Amino acid sequence: MPQQPVELILARHMAGGLAVPVLLVDAAGDTLYFNEAAEAILGRRFDEIDALPFGQRTTLIEPRDLEGRPLPTERLPAVIALREGRPAHSVFRMNGLDGSPHVIEATAIPLGSSGGRTLGAMVFLWRAEPTA
Amino acid sequence: MKVTIWGSRGSIASAGPDTVRYGGNTACVEVRAADGTLLVLDAGTGLRRLGAALADTPGPIHILLTHLHMDHIQGLGFFGPLFDRGCELHIWGPPSPTLDLRTRLTRYLSPPLFPVRLRDLESRVQLHDAGVEPWQIGNLTLTAAHVIHPGPTIGYRIEEGGRAMAYLPDHEPALGGMSDDPAWISGLDLAKGTDLLLHDSQYASSEYGLHVGWGHSSVAHAVALAERAGTRRLLTFHHDPGHDDDFLDGVLAEARAGARTTEVLGGREGMVLEV
Repeated sequence: MPQQPVELILARHMAGGLAVPVLLVDAAGDTLYFNEAAEAILGRRFDEIDALPFGQRTTLIEPRDLEGRPLPTERLPAVIALREGRPAHSVFRMNGLDGSPHVIEATAIPLGSSGGRTLGAMVFLWRAEPTA
Repeated sequence: MKVTIWGSRGSIASAGPDTVRYGGNTACVEVRAADGTLLVLDAGTGLRRLGAALADTPGPIHILLTHLHMDHIQGLGFFGPLFDRGCELHIWGPPSPTLDLRTRLTRYLSPPLFPVRLRDLESRVQLHDAGVEPWQIGNLTLTAAHVIHPGPTIGYRIEEGGRAMAYLPDHEPALGGMSDDPAWISGLDLAKGTDLLLHDSQYASSEYGLHVGWGHSSVAHAVALAERAGTRRLLTFHHDPGHDDDFLDGVLAEARAGARTTEVLGGREGMVLEV
């Protein structure tokens, strides 16, 4: 793996110290890291994951709106953050990598370099109360 | 490459009887390529003496700034060639998402902090953002990358004829976790396989705990990075202004005791090294 930009190194280190679930993705949306709190939602330990590219992750978690309809990838907060360079927030249903269902709130924040490149995004996850 | 240390002190110049062996001038390193290309790494107070030592109207001078903290730019206003009408000067620095290099430098090079404005200098000064891709100056290939230190800060890797050196004077890789995975260690690519690494060694290990997040390394972290990178020689740099010569002897001894594969040298003003 090539050397990661210092912004992502610091983001990963910060995420590693937070109790709030955080997923870190690169500019392509591929998984770089998720912290211990996110492991509880995603249903796998990060160290057990060899690689989790965007497409595979999206297939596995099966994002759906609150009515259960498939959620187009372009409406996922991480995708909006990376493509549009702005924070994005959404509430949706998903499965953990172990298949367990969740309703989560996700807020994605794009990470840019001082040279203006989009390097990736931090996605903060939160378990939402299941709706009736 | 011939490397001359004109200043190895960090934070603030600290001249005095207790610092004569390691020197009191802040960061400034001359790198002279085989073809005569002149690079100056940072413009700390050591830059004044370098300017006085240069020939009248030297060829193009490339000053590579790692960042714009005062101890890395304070010598600029006292660099003789800056006032030489015939001198061509290029100043490279880290890109910023908000202000260009000229705007940031003129905060210092303008009244009331300095009487002369950048635009009024006699020399032909050109300012450049250091690129994200390697670039060439004379025979030298340069690579810059952001490293962990407060504010936009870059380190440099300089290569010539199969030899490489790296310059990371202000760097706290431990803040990023010093992962087992080399892809997640700040500065490692710049330092990889270098013949000489000039690296922040501001603190003895016993002092680091009180300075986590200040942007500087313990000497043990510098050694760890150098050895992970497979560096042949580590030059300790950016000495704490509160450390006198005897204390720095102790820091150097600590570094040498911890190093297994890398030779550790204490960064002293006036040193000349070949890479």
